[in-house]
Amino acid sequence: MSDHILLPEGSIEKQTTTLNLGPTHPATHGVFQNILELDGERIMQATSTVGYIHRAFEKIAERRPLYQITPLTDRLNYCSSPINNMGWHLTCEKLLGVQTPKRVDYLRIIIMELARISDHLICNSIVGVDSGAYSGFLYLMQFRELIYEIYEEVCGSRLTTNIGRIGGFERNFTNAAFEKLEKFLDEKNGYPAQLREFENLFTRNRIFMDRTIGCGPISAERAMNYGFTGPNLRAAGVDYDVRVHTPYSSYEEFDFSIPVGKTGDCYDRFLVRNEEMWQSLSIIKQAYQKVQSFKGAEADVFHADTPAYYLPEKKDVYTKMEALIYHFKIVMGETAMPAGEVYSSVEGANGELGFYLISDGGRTPYRLHFRRPCFIYYQAYPELIKDGMLSDAVITMSSLNLIAGELDA
Amino acid sequence: MLTNTIIQQRLTEKFGEQLTNWEEPYGMLTFSAPKELNLKVLQFLFDEPELKFTFLTDLQAVHYPDNKGAELAVVYHMHNFTDNIRIRFKVFTDIVKPDVYSATALFQSANFMERETYDFFGVNFVGHPNLIRILNVDEMDYFPMRKEFPLEDQTRIDKDDEMFGR
Repeated sequence: MSDHILLPEGSIEKQTTTLNLGPTHPATHGVFQNILELDGERIMQATSTVGYIHRAFEKIAERRPLYQITPLTDRLNYCSSPINNMGWHLTCEKLLGVQTPKRVDYLRIIIMELARISDHLICNSIVGVDSGAYSGFLYLMQFRELIYEIYEEVCGSRLTTNIGRIGGFERNFTNAAFEKLEKFLDEKNGYPAQLREFENLFTRNRIFMDRTIGCGPISAERAMNYGFTGPNLRAAGVDYDVRVHTPYSSYEEFDFSIPVGKTGDCYDRFLVRNEEMWQSLSIIKQAYQKVQSFKGAEADVFHADTPAYYLPEKKDVYTKMEALIYHFKIVMGETAMPAGEVYSSVEGANGELGFYLISDGGRTPYRLHFRRPCFIYYQAYPELIKDGMLSDAVITMSSLNLIAGELDA
Repeated sequence: MLTNTIIQQRLTEKFGEQLTNWEEPYGMLTFSAPKELNLKVLQFLFDEPELKFTFLTDLQAVHYPDNKGAELAVVYHMHNFTDNIRIRFKVFTDIVKPDVYSATALFQSANFMERETYDFFGVNFVGHPNLIRILNVDEMDYFPMRKEFPLEDQTRIDKDDEMFGR
């Protein structure tokens, strides 16, 4: 082809296409921006931008008494707000030296594990949606509704729960809450049957396996270096779980195993999450049994005896001087906390959710930092999707369980 | 079994009197190091076969405006998965020239965390590959988490609005 017109040297600066995936792309399920350099459909390089929904929680928290910070934690990982709430209460209790009664611990575990299930079921069914299988999502979603109804029975709200108080719960669990829990746990018509069906649909599905095996893998060493925690780290083969390593809320009394993966790809992450849901179901059953074993006055305990931080009952406020004083001091945020610095973490649904609280003895934290797991492991995303196809990048993102609210704080 | 006492011993053997402020608030060993030493301490904690602090849990800063000459503290939380023990380690820097060496060469996870710390406190991490704002807008010309920017006073009266109250 000697007559073919050649472009002068250097006239085309690059051979790749730049594509903006996000900030509001339907496939990213949240506000994520990734600038991709594509060679055809293959990703050569990716740059992530975060911070589109930053709401300055850490700054706001510096002016709020402890109990007013709970609603801020709701809005971190809003797919499992109760875990964040409990994590925050546990941090406060650690700082204040509050010992919670056993029944409170077990009730908390029920709520936290329900939250973990609701988070994992969203994540896994969304991986299904992104790989072209919509039906699993529709079936599992019904059960998130049931979980939300249980939250509603306990605290009155569904998504941003603000559940529990320092020392326990705002009120005792009603019978309706336990009935709904039993309905959820029912082997035949409850969640276990649905989860089994979901696994039948996906786990050995040839199309799903071809789509996810080897997609977005990471080695154990890289995952640790990138600060992975939670199911994503376990899928890479590291058996780190805060519930076992630093037990809180009496987790040490429970019998459960930690599933680990091998390759850290989307398929392993999917399997780890599925197995964790089974483990969570088993933990909930054990905790429910323990809750039922309380008899007499013990069966009505739902908070610790910490009058300085736990709002007294309204009828006491009107009749007792002490209760009135504490009520006033708590509501007006006039209770000083002890000076000290404390780091406390819980196993959130997508990793280790840590709270670093520094108190100078005032009424509000001097400094509060949230260790938000997905903010830390999101850095690995460009490396995970490099040299992969564009459609794999979408599945990788959903299987990492990134929640924009937590990412941006 | 690795304990706080052993960690403190090993660190003192290596760095001597340079590490100060040994404390154990709520059971977590806490100490401070001169800011020039931060990478050496991190590397030692990482490499030493007995210590194996190979996981950087958290990195953030705190602003102490009254602490003249050492206003900013960068706080590292390290975790040893094998022995399941955590430590906290701080370096203090003055606010006029807040240069601290970046830990990104040792921990990939430090990348975003240092960017966040820079964004909110203005700590200049020397050697960071891409030290730009991360959560705030790029045009911002101050560091909002510093204490000289208090949140709005709830009692101010100059913002009264006829329709919406305060």
